[in-house]
This record gives sequence, structure tokens and C-alpha cells, in this order.
Amino acid sequence: MFSLLNPRKHYLAVGRKKFFDFLMLAVFLLFFYGPLSNLLMLAFAELYNYPDLIPAKFGFRWWQFVLTQKTMISAVWQSFIFALTTTALSLFICLPAAYGLARYKFPGRRLVMFSFMLTNAFPKIGLYTSIGIMYYKLGLMGTFLGVVIIHMINTMMFMVWIPTGSFSNVHRQQEEAARDVGAGPFRTFIKVTLPLAMPGIAVASIYTFLGSMDEAQGTLLVGVPQFQTMPVMMYTIIADYNVMAAAVYALMMIIPTVILLILLRRYVGPDAIASGFKLK
Amino acid sequence: MVKEQALDPKLRIIDMTKLYDNGDGVRNINLDVYQGEIVTMLGPSGCGKTTILRTIAGFLDITSGDITINGQSIAMLPPEKRPTAMVFQSYNLWPHMPVYENLAFGLKLRKIPKNEIAARIDEMLNLVSMAGSEKKYPAQMSGGQQQRIAIARSLLLQPEVLLMDEPFSALDAKIRGQMREELMRIQTQLGITVVFVTHDQEEAMAISHRIVVMNKGVFEQVGSPTEVYDKPGTRYVADFIGEMNFIKTDDGIEAVRPENISILKGEGRGRLQGKVRTIMVLGHFVEINVQVGDQVIKTFVQRDKYQQLGIGDTVSLDYTAGRMFQHNESIGGKV
Repeated sequence: MFSLLNPRKHYLAVGRKKFFDFLMLAVFLLFFYGPLSNLLMLAFAELYNYPDLIPAKFGFRWWQFVLTQKTMISAVWQSFIFALTTTALSLFICLPAAYGLARYKFPGRRLVMFSFMLTNAFPKIGLYTSIGIMYYKLGLMGTFLGVVIIHMINTMMFMVWIPTGSFSNVHRQQEEAARDVGAGPFRTFIKVTLPLAMPGIAVASIYTFLGSMDEAQGTLLVGVPQFQTMPVMMYTIIADYNVMAAAVYALMMIIPTVILLILLRRYVGPDAIASGFKLK
Repeated sequence: MVKEQALDPKLRIIDMTKLYDNGDGVRNINLDVYQGEIVTMLGPSGCGKTTILRTIAGFLDITSGDITINGQSIAMLPPEKRPTAMVFQSYNLWPHMPVYENLAFGLKLRKIPKNEIAARIDEMLNLVSMAGSEKKYPAQMSGGQQQRIAIARSLLLQPEVLLMDEPFSALDAKIRGQMREELMRIQTQLGITVVFVTHDQEEAMAISHRIVVMNKGVFEQVGSPTEVYDKPGTRYVADFIGEMNFIKTDDGIEAVRPENISILKGEGRGRLQGKVRTIMVLGHFVEINVQVGDQVIKTFVQRDKYQQLGIGDTVSLDYTAGRMFQHNESIGGKV
């Protein structure tokens, strides 16, 4: 059995195609889990001197350091509040837009859909700089709203595309049936359309929430020093060259994401995401 | 009988025109539907039958004319304000609600007390032979069962006119037959007025009091199933309803039903002479196609009468006079 660990024997045993598949998988796993396991190691290292391969001493020293930072609790709170506000506000703004895009076939519809991708195509820092200049004029610099808007710009694509796909998948006859039995347009939307499109909307909300939790560049530019979210603090720590503390921080930031993904794993699948990217 | 009960029409479509942006649509439609009638709009897809139904339901605005129910115009009302209820071809039920919620939705909107809703739903489920299915979700039921629930949902609202848009087209042939029979039983029991849309002429013949045969946005003929079958008004109707032979004669084209043609072995004194082309046993009757000159004439013969015939036999055909059409009357009808 272990003879297959010999690359030559493995190659001869499974054939060329399988061998390369295996190789690709091995490389992928290394790329994917390598940094993550390194991060884990770093987070629990107490003493780690170059050029040692493994830390000399493991422990919770840096966890203590991070958790006792005064700004820590406030950063966690701020991150959550920004993420929640961004998600709620994007839902409020993007869902009607998504419904319109799904139901009305106006000229230029594809262009509108496409335009939501543009913000993600530009180099972010250039975009933020020009937004920053506007913010100074509008007095949005360092304000809560200013940061929320920056976060929304990033997540708008998900919040429009994915729900547009889900709304298109709701059959018109199901809405008509509701109108027919006496529900007005708004009630029909709330009672029939929205529940049927909910899986896609949930996916989009998760992405928006996570995207906002993760946003650092824009917040750094328009929010600091009034607002310091977790990723912003992370930047500060990295700037101090404290690798171990940064690792602890990074792990802490992963926790809410993982919890969210586990809770909503039913909704987050390739199918749900793919349905949002179908341009009809 | 139906017309004597109520002299005033239940539903009137008055000089109604509905045009789409591309110019398609229906023009100058006039139709009266009386209390307790099943009126079927019959025609191929794209003939405008569904357009008319959707203007009655309120899903389409009309371009001109009027639609009234009990003498009141409903043309300007949104679907939720109209006293009509619609059964769709598919995707009728809301998949995220169990049967009970599907049925109760409209009643709740009408602020009917809870215990009364429960009682009415119970009664209605019995009527459509679906008692005990309250907690099922649509995906857990067959297509036929879903359609029963959809009909129940519409009937619960006690509509003035029940609209049915090809409700059985998505079902298997066997279930379709059962559903037709059920619909007729329920309709007779409740005396409800129904406007039914189908492209299936057999279905139209089976369930209707009157049939509106449509072609390219125009009514070709309005009449009872026997009228439409026995006295087709246009060549289009003659061709669309049932099987029909169009026999070229000197005076024009004579339309004769296959069952009205008698077939005799040998060169008899029949009107036409020909040779047997094919013999097909279709259950209780036999279809015999006869080559007459450059035409193929279809005949239906009882099982006990065909056995002396073989392919290639010379036969003579006889029939009572059929409906005459002009040579130049196209099969596409008047348009």
C-alpha cells in the first residue's frame, strides 16, 4: 500500500491522467491548507526564532496579548455593527433593484447588470482615493455612513446579481395566482416572491456580511481614526511586525465566518451561487 | 336550458381589443357567457385564446372595449379586485406553503373567521376528493392532485366566473380524462360559470356547453359541441374539430367525416372508386384509408365489418352529402 507513495510506482499504477489529477490535488491542498496550518502554528507560538522550523515554545501568550488590548472589544463590536448595517442597507436598496432587473426586460438591462461588476474590476485603492476626495467635499470623511457606503460598494454585485437570479426563478404564475386570490402587489411580494427567492437572498446576505467583516482598505482610508474595525486593527498590528499577534487576530476573524457558513451551509452551495450569475 | 335560467349574461366581453406592442393580439371580441355555462376557447397556440382569458382575469390591460360581470365593468380593476378566479396550467400552488395555507391564503385576506376558514376548506377538500391532504406540500403531490388543490383554491373564493387556462394539459392522458370528468361533476354540483381555454379539441368537445373556435385572433365559430362538429361554419373549423375528409368535386370542396363514409367491396355504385391503402385497428373501430385518384380518403368502420377487406382491394365509397366549401377558401380561415 505504501509503495504508491513512490511517485514512479504511483504513476505506473494509476496511469497518467489519474497521476496528474492526484498531483493537482496535492498542490491545491498545499496551497489551501499550508498557510492556514502555518497560521495556526504561529497563533499558538510563544517563542519562535528564525531560522527554526517549529516554534521553540507553544502557549497562549499572544492570545492574552490580543484579548487584553483595549481597542480589541470595540473593534469586534464595530466590525459586527458595520457588517449588520451594510447587510441591512444593501438588502433594502438592492432587493427592489434585483426584482426590477429580474422582471422587466428593459433595453440596457445587461449593461446595468454588468456595471455592478465594474467596481470590482477597478483597482480598489484608486477607486477609494477618488471616493475619498468626494467624501471630503460631502463631509462624509470619518463618518459611520461613509464607511457603510464604502462597504456597500464592494458587496453590491453579490446583492444584485444573486437575488436577480433567484427572483427570475420565481414563476410569474405563482405571483399571478396570489394576485388572483386577492393579494395586492406588495403583499404578493412579501408572501410569495420573497419567501421563494429566500435561498438566493440568504446567500447574498452572507457574502455581504462576510465581505463587510473583511473590508480593510476602504475603512482604513475613510474611517480611521474614528472607526477601527477588526481588519483595520490587523493592518496596524502587521505594521508593527508582530507576526504572532497578527496570527491570533486572523484566527479570531475566521471564527464568525466559519460559524456563519456552518449555520447556513444549506444555502451556500455552488448551485445557489451559480444561479445568481446566470444572465438571462 | 342553460340560457333560459338567466337572460342577462354573467360575463360580457364587448368589442374588446387587446394589442401587444408587436401588433399581435385580438381585435373586436364580443362574447356573452351565461350563468352555469362552461364556455371553451379552442384553438392552436398563438390564436389569442389565452390573451382573452388573461384580460378577463386582469393580468392584461385591454386596449379598447369593455368586460363586464353581472353588468359591472371590471376592465379597470386589478386582478385582486376582480370576482374571477384562475386555474393555471402549471406552477399553480405556492411551493413554500402546505395545502391548508395555500387554500386559506385568499380567505384570510377576506378577513373570514378562522373556524369558518377551516370548515370551508374541509368541505372543499371533500368536494375535490383530496380530504386529509392539508399538511402536504405541493412537491409531495402528483400533478393531478396539485391541480385538484388549485381548483379547490379557486372555488373557495366563490368566484363569479372560474377561469381555466389549459389546466389539464400538463397531465397524463388518463389523469386528464379523470380530471375532465371531475370538473364536470363539480361544475354541475355548484352551477358555477366557467371559461375554459384549451388547444385540445377532444377536451373542448367533452366538457363544454359552448365552444368558441379561434384562429389567429378571430372567432371562427361559436356553438355547442354538436353544432361545431356537425355544422362547421368555416373550412378551418371543419379541419380543426375532429377528423375530416376534404373531397374535391366539380362544385367545390366537400367536407365529409370518416364515420359518414360507407365502404363496399368491389366496384359498386358508390360515388367514388378506389383501392385500400392501409387498415388500422384503433380499438372499437377500424380506420381504413382509401386511395381515390390523387387523394387519400379516411373512413371509420365498425370492427365486425372490415374483415372481408384487404390491402389493395378495389372498393367503392358512398356518403351522404357533406358541407360544401369554395375551392378558394383557405384552410387558414377568414384572416
